[in-house]
Amino acid sequence: MENLNQILADALAAVAASDNEAGLDEVRVQYLGKKGALTSLLKQLGNVAPEDRPKFGQLVNEAKQQVQEKMNERKTALAAAALNAKLATETIDISLSGKGQEIGGLHPVTRTMERIENFFRGIGFDVASGPEIEDDYHNFEALNIPAHHPARAMQDTFYFNPNTVLRTHTSPVQVRTMENNQPPIRIICPGRVYRSDSDQTHTPMFHQVEGLLIDENISFADLKGILQQFLNVFFEDDLKVRFRPSYFPFTEPSIEVDIMRTNSKGEESWLEVLGCGMVHPKVLEMSGIDPEKYTGFAFGMGVERFAMLRYKVDDLRMFFENDLRFLTQFK
Amino acid sequence: MKFSENWLREWVNPNVTTDELVAQVTLAGLEVDEVEAAAGVFTGVVVGEILAAEQHPNADKLQVCTVSDGTEQFQVVCGAPNARPGIKIPFAKIGAVLGGDFKIKKAKLRQVESFGMLCSASELEISDDNDGIMELAADAPVGADIREYLNLNDSIIDVDLTPNRADCLSIAGLAREVGVINKVDLTPVTITEQTVSIDDSFPIRVDATEGCPRYLGRVIKGVNVKAETPLWMVEKLRRSGIRSIDPIVDITNYVMIELGQPMHAFDLNNLSGSIVVRMAEEGEKLLLLDGQEIALRADTMVIADEQKPLAMAGIMGGEHSGVNDQTQTIFLESAFFAPLALAGKARSYGLHTDSSHRFERGVDATLAPKAIERATQLILEIAGGEVGPVNEVVTEANLPKANQVTLRRKKLDQYLATSLDKDLVTDILTRLDLEMVEVTDEQWVTVAPSHRFDIEIEADLIEEVARIYGYDNLPSSMPTAAVNFTPASESKTPIQSLRATLVSQGYQEAVTYSFIDPVMSKQFFPAIDPVPLENPISGDMGVMRPSLLPGLVKVYLHNQNRQQSRVRIFETGSRFVGDVNKLDELDQKHQVAGLIAGSRYPEGWYHNNEKVDFYDLKAHVEALFALNQGPKPEFERADEEYLHPGRSAYVLVNGERVGVIGELHPQLAKQLGTNQAVYVFEVDLNTVLGAKLPEYQRVSKFPEVRRDLALLVDRATPVNELEKVIADNAGEAFQKVAVFDVYQGQGIDESKKSVALGLTWQHPSHTLSDEEVNSAVESVTAALAEKLGAVIRG
Repeated sequence: MENLNQILADALAAVAASDNEAGLDEVRVQYLGKKGALTSLLKQLGNVAPEDRPKFGQLVNEAKQQVQEKMNERKTALAAAALNAKLATETIDISLSGKGQEIGGLHPVTRTMERIENFFRGIGFDVASGPEIEDDYHNFEALNIPAHHPARAMQDTFYFNPNTVLRTHTSPVQVRTMENNQPPIRIICPGRVYRSDSDQTHTPMFHQVEGLLIDENISFADLKGILQQFLNVFFEDDLKVRFRPSYFPFTEPSIEVDIMRTNSKGEESWLEVLGCGMVHPKVLEMSGIDPEKYTGFAFGMGVERFAMLRYKVDDLRMFFENDLRFLTQFK
Repeated sequence: MKFSENWLREWVNPNVTTDELVAQVTLAGLEVDEVEAAAGVFTGVVVGEILAAEQHPNADKLQVCTVSDGTEQFQVVCGAPNARPGIKIPFAKIGAVLGGDFKIKKAKLRQVESFGMLCSASELEISDDNDGIMELAADAPVGADIREYLNLNDSIIDVDLTPNRADCLSIAGLAREVGVINKVDLTPVTITEQTVSIDDSFPIRVDATEGCPRYLGRVIKGVNVKAETPLWMVEKLRRSGIRSIDPIVDITNYVMIELGQPMHAFDLNNLSGSIVVRMAEEGEKLLLLDGQEIALRADTMVIADEQKPLAMAGIMGGEHSGVNDQTQTIFLESAFFAPLALAGKARSYGLHTDSSHRFERGVDATLAPKAIERATQLILEIAGGEVGPVNEVVTEANLPKANQVTLRRKKLDQYLATSLDKDLVTDILTRLDLEMVEVTDEQWVTVAPSHRFDIEIEADLIEEVARIYGYDNLPSSMPTAAVNFTPASESKTPIQSLRATLVSQGYQEAVTYSFIDPVMSKQFFPAIDPVPLENPISGDMGVMRPSLLPGLVKVYLHNQNRQQSRVRIFETGSRFVGDVNKLDELDQKHQVAGLIAGSRYPEGWYHNNEKVDFYDLKAHVEALFALNQGPKPEFERADEEYLHPGRSAYVLVNGERVGVIGELHPQLAKQLGTNQAVYVFEVDLNTVLGAKLPEYQRVSKFPEVRRDLALLVDRATPVNELEKVIADNAGEAFQKVAVFDVYQGQGIDESKKSVALGLTWQHPSHTLSDEEVNSAVESVTAALAEKLGAVIRG
């Protein structure tokens, strides 16, 4: 019996002392193998008094089981240590950059235009587009700007021939929409427009988003409401806005919208951001819409101006230089 | 239009500050651009008189002046060449402070003491004139404060008038408007009929009665053109942006600014027979006041005599018929020229004058008789003379008619979404000088005054009411119209997705001008005649782009020259191809174009800076088509001057060319100055945005089988032909083929290449047997051998 206890103690010590799987296996062979010390004890069962045999057998088996358990534990621990040691050798520098492409980005004008579009889409406007080389009728005549109207001098026009121009605004898209649809009409017309003017604050090409809403009972109040909302949403600010009488041949009354800006010195000033008005009855009539039944409003804004205000760009011409050091700032 | 605030206040003087006044008129629709002081901020400057001027003992260019301020005499050293005894000048005494906080102190200039300074107009910030000291009128009161003497505590207000508000192109018109806003009465100048003292007159004949429905003229004899224009008039004109010339011209300009009636004065001695208002004869010559000779067109109205044209009616006078320093007798013109007759005419000759500006927009047709009396009165006061009778030729039928316009209560309320009090509306309209023909609960029947010829329709009256009531005082709401949302179609990819796809591949969006350099256009597309602009901004922006690529290449070069060697850019927009004179057939299709150059990946620690190639770009293009199952593109070798012949392709959809892709031709690239290979693509935007609604196919539960083939084929055989033959011969269970290696070089016949392909089969309803797959492989290899001479390797 002392023998059993001694063997068990030796076996457990041997398990604890093994520091690798091979050593552990030797211990297993030495104690639990066919000729192992514990297994051999069972073979000596004949030497034990018959009445003690069951008891002895049980003790030996328990000892075997105990060794086996310790061995398993030890094996798991060794495997875990080995894995940890292996993983330690695989450590990388996690501060290095990721692999693959860098993300690109949209042009600030597009980004601004999408922002404007998103607002108006959200309140049920469709996006319409049209040709950039236009005929005189759609760019001027149909908008109540006959030949020699002083308003033509307000917009320096690029010509191809006396009847063909680069559109000076996206309004011809509105005309084409009215010609082909009856109210209710809710559209915005984003796109490139052209005026033969080039200096610090003018580029010969720029972008506009114009809008048109025609239905029964559309009022000046609707125009004010929508545009005030739009400006607040676009600039994410509760802006001070004023509506100021102006003149466009295609609207009556005509309005310019100013927002209050505060400069770095805290000085406030008004800045014009939008032109708009109630669609002139003649314009409706010319495009086949009954001005007695329907009223509507139109508005237009320069995208570059909104982009400049939003992103604090102070040089209009940067938009068309396409310098990557400028463009990548708008990712 | 620029005007003096003090002048306006002579006509109407509401109890408001300058700032308030500016805000008021701006919010009434007369937008103020700028307000500037009539002079700089300065104190202590008086009218001085130079009593003596002697050469400075130690300096050639200086004089030592004795200056009087009326009570004392001062020694002042002055460098102005025009300093001389007898003239009166602005004298800044010791203690005066000029602009920029410049204090005048006792000084010594080259050992001579100086007590004060004689000032130029620019030193007082009255004008830019720095040509010597400012000379004041001979009767200037010596010792008077210059600010008071010149009425310098004034603002010059520049108002940017819209074309419809021609009625405000005068002090009288602005005063009317300010009076209406403030409910203040006007104090206009009194205009009386001048006493006729002589019978002299000059006949007037109007042939162009449509363009000139009213013409008035009068002879004034014995005027002194050498008389000095009084300072108050010179100053008012200056603050209106007009230079003083001679008293007669100054007076006609003055009346134009004051009342809004452009006028003209002829030297009667230079007129022959009679005044004839007629259309010009084609090619007739006229030497204008500004010195240029014009060949007139027949659509231009002239004032002529019986021999020659004298002036372009309402635009500009002639050099030989106007007032000169010898003039003694003048013929004064005051006319109404119809806006339509003058519209666009000045501009068509490259001219723009104060007169044409007003006549084009419209002048009150009843104003001419008042204006001629006002001008006569001023001429008598300033230049003297004897006055002949006014001759007037009127064609009543061609004069503008007073417009009767009705404003309906229903429309007013509907437009403004509120119901303004009836008396309030009546009051606003009445203050605007509209005559009330009838006022009921339902409507206002009005007649517009002659100066408000812009009021023609009901909407004009609504605007007037809204404007005076105040746009900001009107209600605001969100429209309640029924909303019909247009469903977003899945048969088209939103352009936003396309942009996002390119952006995720590292592309930066560019926006380039739609007009490009015709030279560059020809370099790229020798066979295309680009659409030329008639009036381009500059030669290098002379034609509309037939493609987006020249613009993108230019952007590339801009960045390459700024040390940006890795470039990925794209643009969307129209190209323009065809005959602009056949607008309906002109191709203005939207395109998407891109350009890549430089390393495949951003510079990093994990790769070898390999450069992009054709296949990088092709993957990007294919990705665009693959978005939402767009149309399947095919690629066919391209033949374009600007592309590398061996490394470029047309993009085809359903057999139709919809784009190109390839390397910029090395020769063109060299000409343009690129320092590495540049790859470009351009595809029709609408085509690439085509999309298909996905339709679910059951996923097979049975295993996939793959077999790899290594083939030896001619180098020139395109791999996609192998793929086609495989697809056609691999049986119904065939799924796909992938090319996993292409090799040519050592170990292989020089004319051959080796292509390794992986073929996959899967059956929807059973597990494929070896026999089935083997037989499919056999038919594939047989077909490849027969059609393309492909040999199985190893």
